[in-house]
Amino acid sequence: MNSTVNVAGVERWASALGGAALTAYGIRQLRDRSVPGAVMAAVGTALIYRGATGHCAVYATAGISTADGRDETKQALGGARGVHVEQVFTINRPADELYAFWRNFELLPLFMDHLVEVRRLDDCRSHWVARAPAGRTVEWDAEIINEIPGELIGWRTLDGADVVSAGSVRFRTAPWGRGTEVRVRLQYEPPAGKVGAAVAWLLGHEPSQTIQEDMRRFKALMEAGETPTTEGQPRGGRR
Amino acid sequence: MKAVVWHGTNDVRVERVPDPAILNPRDAIIRVTTTAICGSDLHLLDGFIPTMQAGDILGHEFMGEVVDVGSANHELAVGDRVVVPFTIACGRCFFCERELWSLCDNSNPNAWMAEQLYGFSGSGLFGYSHMMGGYAGGQAQYVRVPFADVGPIRIPDGLSDEQVLFLSDIFPTGYMAAENCNIHPGDTVAVWGCGPVGQFAIKSAFLLGAGRVIAVDNVPERLRMAEAASGAETLNFDEDDVFERLKAMTGGLGPDACIDAVGLEAHGATFDAYVDAAKAAAFLATDRPNALRQAIHACRKGGVVSIPGVYGGLLDKIPFGAAFAKGLTFKMGQTHVMKYMPLLLGLIEAGAVDPSFVITHRLPLDAAAEAYQTFRDRKDECIKVVLKPNGETVH
Repeated sequence: MNSTVNVAGVERWASALGGAALTAYGIRQLRDRSVPGAVMAAVGTALIYRGATGHCAVYATAGISTADGRDETKQALGGARGVHVEQVFTINRPADELYAFWRNFELLPLFMDHLVEVRRLDDCRSHWVARAPAGRTVEWDAEIINEIPGELIGWRTLDGADVVSAGSVRFRTAPWGRGTEVRVRLQYEPPAGKVGAAVAWLLGHEPSQTIQEDMRRFKALMEAGETPTTEGQPRGGRR
Repeated sequence: MKAVVWHGTNDVRVERVPDPAILNPRDAIIRVTTTAICGSDLHLLDGFIPTMQAGDILGHEFMGEVVDVGSANHELAVGDRVVVPFTIACGRCFFCERELWSLCDNSNPNAWMAEQLYGFSGSGLFGYSHMMGGYAGGQAQYVRVPFADVGPIRIPDGLSDEQVLFLSDIFPTGYMAAENCNIHPGDTVAVWGCGPVGQFAIKSAFLLGAGRVIAVDNVPERLRMAEAASGAETLNFDEDDVFERLKAMTGGLGPDACIDAVGLEAHGATFDAYVDAAKAAAFLATDRPNALRQAIHACRKGGVVSIPGVYGGLLDKIPFGAAFAKGLTFKMGQTHVMKYMPLLLGLIEAGAVDPSFVITHRLPLDAAAEAYQTFRDRKDECIKVVLKPNGETVH
C-alpha cells in the first residue's frame, strides 16, 4: 500500500461520508453566494480526498499518522484493520483430498473466478495475478505461514503486494460421514481502502459473496467433477 | 433450431435460436422427439415466477434421442432413447446421496438468487427462471442436458413416446404426492385440482392402497377424466360446499389425506379466493393459496396435507391454527424424479398404467404459442398438450 496512508479504518470512512455531506450542503449554500457555504464545500472535498486516498495533508504536516504508515502485512492487517471475510461449506469429500487440491495453488483459478493465474515460486511462495475493476489486474506474492497437512493452510502476502491480505483455509472432518467442513477466513486491505470495499459492495461485488461463490464452485468441482454453468447455451432474441 | 421462447407475461413465441452445444464434461445433447406443456409452465406465462428473462427457452417435460455426449459421460451413448427428469442433479452431493434429487447442491449456477429468497437453493430446473438455474428448456428441437450421466432414463423398445414422456415430471410428481400421504389400505384421499398432476396423484393414491379418492375441481371434463380413468368420486366446488360434502362422504371424519395439486394460482369460488385474486392483481401478495386453505380445513385430525402444487413466495392467511389444532403433517416440494423413474417405468412396462390417458392435444412445436393460451384458458377441453418438435417419430 501507499506509504502516505496516515488515516485508517473508521476515521477514513467517516471522512469520506462526512466530506460528501458537507460538500453537498456547501454547494447548496453556494447558490446564495454564502462564504460559509464555499468553505464547507472546500473542507468537504478535502475530506472526501482524505477518505478515498487515506492521506491527510493536515496530519502529514503535523507528523501524525493514525494508520501506522507501513506496508507490512502484519501492520496493515493487525487487530481489526482490513476487511474480514469468513465462509464455511460442507463438502462431501474426504479432508485429505480437498486439502491436496487446494494446496496446489496453481489449480485455484479453476474455481476462483477473479484469479487469472497462480504461479508456484518455491514450496512456500507463489505469485498471484487477479482481475481488478476496469480491465486491470492486481498482482502479489504470497507465502505460506502456517500449515498442518490435511487440516490447515495459512498464508499472507509479501511486501509490495497490490492487495495486502492474509488468510487461512481449514479442513475439518464432519461427524457422521457428512464429508468435510471447509472454512475460509480472509482479511485484506482493498486497493482503494475501505471506501473501495464499500463502493464495491454497493455495486454488488461484495467480497464475502465472491468468496461464497468461489467456494460453491470448489464444492461442485470436488463433488460433481464440474461446476454448473449455462454460459454459451442458446437463447431467444430479446425485445 | 426452433424453440419456445418466453418474452414476457402472456408473450410466448416459437422462434429460431442457435443449436445447443456440450458445455460440461457430463453433458449430453438430446434431439427432442416429444415434449409437453406443464401446468407449472402456465405460472410462467402468467408472470407469477420471478427472475424470468426475455429470451428464455421454456419446457421441462421432454424426451428424445441422444445425439452427443460430453467427455466424462460414460453412461449414455449416441442413439440412446431417453426421458429426461425436469430436476437437474449431480448425483454425488449430500442430498443426491439421500435421494433428495430436487434439492441437489451442485446444479444451480444461480443458487445465490434462490438463497436470497429461500435461505437455501434447490436443484437447477429446465426452463424455469434464472433463480432455478436459468437452464434452456426442452420445448425445442434440441436441448443440452447437464449431469446427463445420472438423470435420463433409457427407454426399452416397444413403448411409445406418449406412454413414457410423463416420467419426466407429472407421473412422478403425482406419485410422490400420493406417497407423501402415507396411505394405509382403505384410506380416503381428497385431491384438489384435476389437471394432469392431480390425475396422476389420483391414480397413484389407488396404486398405493387408497380405498377412495375424492377429486375436487370445477372443470367438468377434468372431473369426468378423474372418474373414468381412475375411478375417483368427484366434487364440483362451484356446486358443492366442499368441506361439508367431504365430511358427509367420510362419515363425519374428514379425508385421511388431502393433496393440493393446484398451487399458487388457485381459482376458487369462495370469498377468500376473491380477496387473494385482488391482492395478487395489486401486487400485495404473490400466491393465491385458496386450495391449500380448503385442504387444511377439510383434512381429518392427525391427517396429512401433501402439496405437489407449486408455490413461489409469501402466502397470506394460512389457517395455521387449524393445522396445529388438528396435528396435521405437511409434505411438499419439487419432485425427486430420479427416485421414482425406474419404479414407474416398470409399472408402464407391466401394463399397470398407461400415462397417455391425460393427453387431449397433439400439436407440432410451431403451434406452441396458441397451445399455451388454449391450455391456460381451458378451451377446447384441453387437459394436456404434447408437442412434436421434429415431426412424427415412430417407435
